[in-house]
Amino acid sequence: MSEEAKKITPPLTDEVVESLNAGDRVLITGDIYTARDAAHKRMVELIDKGEELPFDPQGQIIYFVGPTPAKPGKPIGSAGPTTSYRMNPYSPKMIGAGLKGMIGKGEMGEEVVEAMKQHKAVYMVAIGGAAALIARSIKKADVIAYEDLGAEAVRKLHVENFPAIVAQDCRGENMYVKGVEEYKR
Amino acid sequence: MRNIDASEITKTVRKLCMEANYYLGDDVLNALKKFEAQEESPLGKNILQQIIKNAEIAKDEEAAMCQDTGFAVTFVELGQDVNIDGNLYDAINEGIREGYSDGYLRKSIVEDPLRRKNTGDNTPGVIHVDIVPGDKLKITVAPKGGGSENMSEVRMMKPADGVEGLKDFVVERCRKSGGNPCPPVIVGVGVGGTFEKCAFLAKKALLREVGSEHPDPFYAELEKELLEKINNLGVGPQGLGGRTFALAVHIEAHPCHIASFPVSVNLNCHAARHKEAVI
Repeated sequence: MSEEAKKITPPLTDEVVESLNAGDRVLITGDIYTARDAAHKRMVELIDKGEELPFDPQGQIIYFVGPTPAKPGKPIGSAGPTTSYRMNPYSPKMIGAGLKGMIGKGEMGEEVVEAMKQHKAVYMVAIGGAAALIARSIKKADVIAYEDLGAEAVRKLHVENFPAIVAQDCRGENMYVKGVEEYKR
Repeated sequence: MRNIDASEITKTVRKLCMEANYYLGDDVLNALKKFEAQEESPLGKNILQQIIKNAEIAKDEEAAMCQDTGFAVTFVELGQDVNIDGNLYDAINEGIREGYSDGYLRKSIVEDPLRRKNTGDNTPGVIHVDIVPGDKLKITVAPKGGGSENMSEVRMMKPADGVEGLKDFVVERCRKSGGNPCPPVIVGVGVGGTFEKCAFLAKKALLREVGSEHPDPFYAELEKELLEKINNLGVGPQGLGGRTFALAVHIEAHPCHIASFPVSVNLNCHAARHKEAVI
């Protein structure tokens, strides 16, 4: 673990993505987008039809999350990551459309890693289950598409110092392999 | 016969849904602190500290500790001398409906697994009713997250596979799970019974107090050995490497058929929630 967290702001450039290594802690400030299985399915259908997405994915980060409802006076409810492998069928196409970063939990599949290497993208994790803590870094949340999906709607989040860890980088380095090798007995 | 009005059951379930999602049990919190102190991976240690902090924030703000506020798994121990005025199942589901709505909890249930339309109020719950002696009604609400549930498995093993087969299966199930079930986890193991009974045993095992010892010394020893083997995998907090994948292994055993050796593993994330009340 590097001592200092790296600060990043989307849209991410190739240079920023290349500077991130598996195991780095990062703090994200700026706008990110949310989507889970149901929203990904719809967006990939749009890509297949050559139609526009609800937001321009160039350089952007998608956070795999379905938050709890916001209490009065709060921008969002609890908002931790959901399991990422369920997005394996969709993420390569999103990366192909310009997406540069994903935030979730758990390992992503080989097909996603190949797309990450080819197009320079990064996979980060937030701490699964630390949803009340993570919510503190989310300052604003607006539903921008698929409101009918409820918790699964696409939201634009404004985050400040959102804490994440680089799990799989654009060179194929993988903390789920590296970290486990180091501590197994 | 003692009469209990269905509305009282609704009120109790409503409250339990909220409390279970806001307040992590002291047993889990103490285990998190113990493992944080001994975690060797700096990243793993940092993760455990943030998980502990998250539990404190959730409690202070009365907010859901995890956004996946779960399937409302409800265990009922119904005294045989209790008469319920009204419908028990309707009363529980109404409590879930009110608890998840009033408590700002996420609605995560779809009405059909293939057509996948959200029911909008987190009902129905999965309700297990057990008839017991007496005139009391005990209700336990154990909201269960999808991430850890998806990493669970039942396997019909051969009696010849024995205890070594069980160990290999349980440890391998944990290794394959990686970061997906939000480790550190509680590992519930069911052994014996029939196919469906075995799965239920593993779920029930998750309700036992973390840090408590199995009453049968044979299983107490097996739990200790499994916990060590699982943590020796190095999978660690969130699967990113470390010495803490599991906080505890709990085994529930049941008599079984001479031909059978069912084993099940039900993982529970560190948001290992359950709250109970007696009416």
